[in-house]
Amino acid sequence: MRYLMFVATDPDAEPYDPAADDAEDWVAKHEASGQWVMGDRLRPVGDATTVRLRGGEVLLTDGPSAETREWIAGFDILECADLDEAIAIAAAHPMARFGRLELRPFWSDEDEQAGPKG
Amino acid sequence: MAGERLRIVAGLIRITRDWDLAEDAVADAAERALRRWPAEGVPANPGAWLTTTARRRAIDLLRRADVERAKLGEVAALAELASGADDLPQASCLPDDRLRLIFTCCHPALSIEARVALTLKVVSGLSTAAVARAFLTSEATMGQRLLRAKRKIAHAGIPYRVPSPDLLPERMDGVLAVIYLIFTEGYAGTADDALAGEAVRLGRLLVQLVPDSDEARGLLALLLLQHARRAARLVDGELVTLERQDRTKWDTAAIDEALALEPLTGTDRGPYRLQAALAAVHAAAPEASDTDWAAVVSLYDELLDVLPSPVVRLNRAIAIGMRDGPLAGLAALDALAGDARLAGYHLLPAARGDLLARAGRPTEAVTALEHAVALAPTDQERRQLTRRRDELRGTSPAVGGLA
Repeated sequence: MRYLMFVATDPDAEPYDPAADDAEDWVAKHEASGQWVMGDRLRPVGDATTVRLRGGEVLLTDGPSAETREWIAGFDILECADLDEAIAIAAAHPMARFGRLELRPFWSDEDEQAGPKG
Repeated sequence: MAGERLRIVAGLIRITRDWDLAEDAVADAAERALRRWPAEGVPANPGAWLTTTARRRAIDLLRRADVERAKLGEVAALAELASGADDLPQASCLPDDRLRLIFTCCHPALSIEARVALTLKVVSGLSTAAVARAFLTSEATMGQRLLRAKRKIAHAGIPYRVPSPDLLPERMDGVLAVIYLIFTEGYAGTADDALAGEAVRLGRLLVQLVPDSDEARGLLALLLLQHARRAARLVDGELVTLERQDRTKWDTAAIDEALALEPLTGTDRGPYRLQAALAAVHAAAPEASDTDWAAVVSLYDELLDVLPSPVVRLNRAIAIGMRDGPLAGLAALDALAGDARLAGYHLLPAARGDLLARAGRPTEAVTALEHAVALAPTDQERRQLTRRRDELRGTSPAVGGLA
């Protein structure tokens, strides 16, 4: 099963400690095991551009699509047998301590719904 | 038939991964049994009859599903169902399917409401309507909640298995917490204690399936000891404190069953085991005045090490008041006065009120109880605290009751 792991900031988490940031080791380990497919850090939201097409017109906004306290700082794609495996991998990421991680399963070809459902 | 139902559902979910199909197949088999057995006689092996009938129905339902979209998984499931393998009793080294089902229903990736609803529906076998009633919601709402939970399990990849050894302790805590939540929902002073009874049944099942878990035994003991007091705890719909309960109404069979659940030797005592030990101290006292308060304080000391919650500290302070006298109890309560987590908690001023009354300070006791009345979370508790306040104000002697 594939999961997209959103790496997000969390103002209520413990303060970032660079000495404890072993993200590169985390990637290396899980790439070697075949559980890490790809991923990267993302530039902060100040560098974001939001795009919408409304009434045939392209509307651009400087910044992220939602103004929130947390923002997405990176992403990883994981390939795991099940959610428990994905949880274990996510919990080992340094940002589990300093931020928060969202595990979103990919839409599977087998899903019967035709489109996104709430 | 109830025990067979769970075993069969759990097995069908493992094979087909389709929860609705599993429940439908079992319901169908049960219905056929109820129709045919009275006329044809109960079969020699009812469990095997039910299992075979449910599997045949599951095969039917799988085949009727859109044939073009036959998934690899379904083909494999059909093969396993038809082969009749797995008819033999589970080898002792294989995890019981029922345990897989329980851990999956209680998976932490599901919301607590979903866990409780799923456990009651699929493990306990309650109807959707019954689960809805227990949570004072409509059948449609509960149906939606169950549907979302099953979808989450399927789409998020929640595995159908007993957790690996490194995860087992925390996941077991999760299961125990769900069962305890079901019990306390049923314990919340409503006349219908069906949920509490369900929780006790779930507790018994868990102990049977995981005999080497001392905390599971501790939870069951705790539930039985609390459940034993139900006839005395509510009189004419009104709450009666432990101190004032008519102990002749306690369920001695439940108490005996609890006390027979000996802890495993050589294990550290966890929070459920300790709370059970506390309940056992009370159960051992024929009258409230016989209570071994020194043992109670000592157990609270031990409980604080593993469960340092402000409520535990409060209960310990009350016990100190009973062991060493009201002034000592008041001093212990004063030490809690600054704890913000107890700020809105009605039992803190209620405890103060009790101890002040015992200390011969009824005016201050009334003030404290009025504060407690204002904070009471339910009508029942408000009425109980108001009665105690009125006793102190009135002509009856100032007899405080324990929270």
